[in-house]
Amino acid sequence: MAEPLLRLDHLRKSFGGLTVTQDVSLSVDGGIHALIGPNGAGKTTLIHQVSGLLRPDGGRILLGGEDITALPMARRARRGLARTFQITSVVADFSALENVALAVQARRGSSFRFIRPAAQETALNEAAMAALADVGLAARADVPAGAMSHGEKRQLELAIAIAAEPRLLLLDEPLAGAGPEETERLIDILQRLKARYAILLVEHDMQAVFAMADHVSVLVYGALIASGPPDAIRADPAVRQAYLGEDDIPLAGPR
Amino acid sequence: MIRTLRAEAPALLLLMGLALAPFLGFGEGYVLTLLARAMILAMAAVALSLLVGGGGLVSMGHAAMMGFGAYAVVILDDLRITEAAIVLPVAILAAAGFALATGAIAIRTSGVHFIMITLAFGQMAFFTATSLAAYGGDDGYTLYARSTVLGVALLNDRLSFHFICLGALAGTWLLARMLLASRFGRVLRAARGNAVRVQALGFDPYPYRLVAYAIAGGIGGAAGFLLANATEFVAPAYFSWQRSGELLFMVILGGVAGLHGALIGALAFVLLEEWLSHQWEHWRMLFGVLLILSVLFLPRGLAGLPGQLAKGFRRG
Repeated sequence: MAEPLLRLDHLRKSFGGLTVTQDVSLSVDGGIHALIGPNGAGKTTLIHQVSGLLRPDGGRILLGGEDITALPMARRARRGLARTFQITSVVADFSALENVALAVQARRGSSFRFIRPAAQETALNEAAMAALADVGLAARADVPAGAMSHGEKRQLELAIAIAAEPRLLLLDEPLAGAGPEETERLIDILQRLKARYAILLVEHDMQAVFAMADHVSVLVYGALIASGPPDAIRADPAVRQAYLGEDDIPLAGPR
Repeated sequence: MIRTLRAEAPALLLLMGLALAPFLGFGEGYVLTLLARAMILAMAAVALSLLVGGGGLVSMGHAAMMGFGAYAVVILDDLRITEAAIVLPVAILAAAGFALATGAIAIRTSGVHFIMITLAFGQMAFFTATSLAAYGGDDGYTLYARSTVLGVALLNDRLSFHFICLGALAGTWLLARMLLASRFGRVLRAARGNAVRVQALGFDPYPYRLVAYAIAGGIGGAAGFLLANATEFVAPAYFSWQRSGELLFMVILGGVAGLHGALIGALAFVLLEEWLSHQWEHWRMLFGVLLILSVLFLPRGLAGLPGQLAKGFRRG
């Protein structure tokens, strides 16, 4: 069997007495792999360990067969991991274009260049504009990121992530805090992106997850209780048990 | 193009004013000496602004960089080497080397720890200078001669010294501006704004910050070289944390949002200090109050004052 793009191998992590990742093994290939679970299930902690913001206590993380468990975040990014954050993370005093151009710059050539103004590098700007256009922000390129609406910042973060030309996109609740219209627009964008990138998605919006995901893994108290195609997960008794009493989980069927 | 010109107008006007000053009635020796001192400190302040405003690195040891430059002049002067073509590169390299060595450790920390560790390194340099008995120790060292430029005593003429300082200041400003606009500067600025985002993109901020720290150190060394020549006397006080604090204050007084803030801040600081000291014996008290007021009421520094006033008028 070919090595999957991302493989987590018996990953463990605890904060003091609290186990947040309990022996999690899973693999991600193409399409959208969604990670769901009730609040406090350890989804974001898991994403942090994959991206390198947190170090696991045990187990291995393999990207394309290469063990990246010990690498710091910056070096994982250079190997093709791009991520968005649950709480939007952009450079507030940069324009949207400059935020994205910085991501392009990370992929293209050395950044130890001291003379030429970066803002006048057409190659960087063109690639950045293309990424902005992909998420529907082309008209807002010159707006400072800090002055954008919440939904726009979420779109901008997606543009930054794809401008890095990653092998794997880690999206930590890209829909969090977005209004209904913004949510629809973001889902549209994600649907388009999944044809081009492998995506590991953490998301609370179950309707969105079951509409988009090709594969769903369910995390409860740090442990993986189920993993499979959306239909199988919907029917899984253990998953129903975990979500018991939460009315907003549309496990009954597609919307 | 027009937008660039508008953004840079304050700095350009200030530099032009300094160029014209000797011909507009500010040509007497005493005034030129004062202006030279202001321009040299402004040079160090612009380099510090590159660190504070560009990299988010609030150094409390920037005076030590000037100290290294000045003591390079002293030590070579003692050996009767006064040729600027030798002394200036030595001054720059000594300061940049000190910045590189201490920065390698200091930049691993951040926030208050960075401030304290740069202050500690500066004080180490200060106490080392006080113990250099061969160069006057505590009492300082009076130069045998000002540096010559390729054998010509260019620095001895007040007017040419004025323009050399102005050229150095303008060069520093252009260099810092170029660095901030480059790819390098973009990473540096982004890491100040959001270090986690920058790491998630694949950049380790450390080498960028260290290089910026060493460059600012080298500029500080050049400023120290000029200051030693301006006063023809060098004392350990050049290294002191009080001087570092003054430089930091110039940067904050002027505003950290742009490099011209440091220019304005340094000139305002030196001229205000001079003027006040002639008005009142206890001028330092008043100076302190003015500085506190400026921090309280000018959040974006003197450079942000026009914008602040315009906003106030619009509001009525």
